[in-house]
Amino acid sequence: MIPELGHYALMLALGLALIQGIMPIVGTRTNDPVLMSIAAPAALAQFVFVAIAFMALAECYVASDFSVLNVYENSNSAMPLIYRLTSIWGNHEGSMMLWVSILAFFGALVALFGTNLPVTLKANALAVQAWIAVAFELFILITSNPFLRVADAPFEGRDLNPILQDPGLAFHPPMLYLGYVGFSIAFAFAIAALIEGRIDAAWARWVRPWVLGAWMCLTLGIAGGSYWAYYELGWGGFWFWDPVENASLMPWLAGTALLHSAVVMEKRGALKVWTILLAIIAFSLSLIGTFLVRSGVLTSVHAFATDPTRGIFILAILVIFIGGALALYAWRAPLLKQGGLFAPISREGALVFNNLFLTSACATVFVGTLYPLVLEALTGGETKISVGPPFFNATFGPLFIPLMLAMSFGPLLGWKRGDIVSAAQRLLAAAVLAAVAVAAAFAIEHGGPVLAPFGVGIAVFVMAGAVTDIAERTMILRLPMRATIMRAIGLPRSVWGTAFAHFGIGVTLLGIVAVTAWGSERIVAVKPGETVDISHYRLTFDGVFNRPGPNYRDVVGHFTVRRASGDVIGAMEPSRRTFPARNMATTEAALMSRGFSQLYLSLGDPNPDGSIPVRLFFKPQVLMIWLGAIIMFFGGGLSLSDRRLRVGAPRPAKAKDKPTPALQAAE
Amino acid sequence: MTRKQRRLVLIGGGLGVLAVAVALMLNAFRDSIVFFSSPSDIAEKHIGPGTRIRLGGLVKDGSIVRGNDLRVRFEVTDGNNELPVSYQGVLPDLFREGQGVVAEGTLDGGGTFNADTILAKHDETYMPKEVADALKKSGHWKDDYSQRAAMPVTGANK
Repeated sequence: MIPELGHYALMLALGLALIQGIMPIVGTRTNDPVLMSIAAPAALAQFVFVAIAFMALAECYVASDFSVLNVYENSNSAMPLIYRLTSIWGNHEGSMMLWVSILAFFGALVALFGTNLPVTLKANALAVQAWIAVAFELFILITSNPFLRVADAPFEGRDLNPILQDPGLAFHPPMLYLGYVGFSIAFAFAIAALIEGRIDAAWARWVRPWVLGAWMCLTLGIAGGSYWAYYELGWGGFWFWDPVENASLMPWLAGTALLHSAVVMEKRGALKVWTILLAIIAFSLSLIGTFLVRSGVLTSVHAFATDPTRGIFILAILVIFIGGALALYAWRAPLLKQGGLFAPISREGALVFNNLFLTSACATVFVGTLYPLVLEALTGGETKISVGPPFFNATFGPLFIPLMLAMSFGPLLGWKRGDIVSAAQRLLAAAVLAAVAVAAAFAIEHGGPVLAPFGVGIAVFVMAGAVTDIAERTMILRLPMRATIMRAIGLPRSVWGTAFAHFGIGVTLLGIVAVTAWGSERIVAVKPGETVDISHYRLTFDGVFNRPGPNYRDVVGHFTVRRASGDVIGAMEPSRRTFPARNMATTEAALMSRGFSQLYLSLGDPNPDGSIPVRLFFKPQVLMIWLGAIIMFFGGGLSLSDRRLRVGAPRPAKAKDKPTPALQAAE
Repeated sequence: MTRKQRRLVLIGGGLGVLAVAVALMLNAFRDSIVFFSSPSDIAEKHIGPGTRIRLGGLVKDGSIVRGNDLRVRFEVTDGNNELPVSYQGVLPDLFREGQGVVAEGTLDGGGTFNADTILAKHDETYMPKEVADALKKSGHWKDDYSQRAAMPVTGANK
């Protein structure tokens, strides 16, 4: 009964989405306010029914109803409740349900909170949002129905892929989807603006919170996926340049560019046409990401099922939405009025610089990811190539360095016309700090790559630049402490947000440089009683023991960790985990954090002579990689809480009470 | 600066960055692309020693020999030809005889493939796509490779 209810609710949601997609558009064409006003309640109702469908599926998983094919294939009654819940989206059909649910959720948010939007823009945007919903709901109902029943209900399910039985599954896909689908709002607004043929600076103010929110979720989602892969796959890498990872990185790069160009549009009314294009690109890349990951074009842990009809369906969705959007753009964009003059050296110029490099870097990732697929298709499967890390390091890296260097300058330049010399002077302290860091890194390192200390220097420059921005605005050390604090409190939150986000980039970069350049690895076979040395640590292998789990068995290796001096600092217990339901084994690495650095230990299959192969890594400053992402997320949150974004009105002129220099400090 | 000049600077800058990106990509494509080959491809195409390739096929039954210091030798077969592979390190979780494998590395002068990377499989039902295609091409594809993913009718016999 429950699955049929869910199935039915999803069909009703499709019907509502059709209404939501057609009526408001007709309304805006015929100038009929009644038809336009259908958009919001239809969006809310559609969300309610999608939510019912999603909850029905969740109930099937919680109750372990193995008469539902999807539950049978991906769940097991022995799994803990949290994994039974997360396995809802640990498979193709369920993850599409999650996609649609988030889409409907965002649509409902626009309907509820978009009260200050112009009526026609809101109606059109919700209608565009509904078309996306129609496409994906059709996709689920026709090719990927999660509510299908099995005629003879089995007693037990086939279990979730063990690699996915991890808390990471509770976090990574929903965050990533919040990011992907969040860009659909920017897309819907962009298409709505193109349909109306009219756009102004206010558009950017409405869209920016959505982009910011999506960007925050995507940042955390990517970082979460990276940490998950790091500890789960047992290889100790944080980023593999795997096509599936690239699929999530591309929308992030385009979204970051969009975030910055929308600032220019909001503040100065410039870059309108470009911002619209970026909004289309960011969501298109999200769709392509979904396509790459879900269609089975790529084989990976993410490709749940390879069914050609699905691939063709998603390809059709891609062609219709991306092709349609770009065609509409080519047709209508010339109508949009350009505005806002600025000198090349200015805040706008710096943001354009940011956009150029981000989109170019995004393009290199795009080419590197899709070229093997295109080549294989063109040669009829004869030529298969793989494009790996060397390609991306050689293209993405050089494009990111100027971006990093310029990042500190941007916030210090004025709008319209900036003074690069004065910005450079103010960054002198940051540059000196960076130079000291380079020298220190050279002094400390023992035979790492020559370029690594410069990487450290860039990271320190980025961080110090972010601090400089705040220090300049609060005039710290130049005014009495009290006045500085008052100014710090008076700064718009978006300024703090920028500083935090930029600082976070520096932290991540520092982690990446340190772990890539100075990490060490030992691969040895050990017998009980033997020791392995790495960095300043000595690990003693004490032996193995068995430990039963709810739906698996662990063979655990116990290692005692000592400092070089001999005092014990703890134990590490990596394991080999066997899942009988699928007759599959996974490696559960053991991690020990020392400050931001980590010891990383994973086990291989035991050898016939009784020894066990182990991989032991020392990962210096590795936690900074993800800490930086959390700081970026926090910065995004600060920006999002900025009053101007919420009420869409300029800050009241409270500043008049303050001494005059405060007036120019804010923006 | 006039409006026109400013626009020129903008367009020039954009094209400049784009040109740099294209140059970087072309350069990287020359050095860092790895071709996929099956043992038969290697036998036919006479790929020279030292060229980096990806080798795919099945691990031949009974061919795994483990040595000291985590050295492993095994043979990769596509049914028609086979190639000895040597590797030192920890093998992925699902490395088994008779299962698909992708190894990256170079051929040495003596006809042995020295792998530095053995790619992990994530699932018992997952056969690397390249390997599946290579097996189909050599006519040694068995349907049960894909059927393992399909639903076995088990349980509930009333």
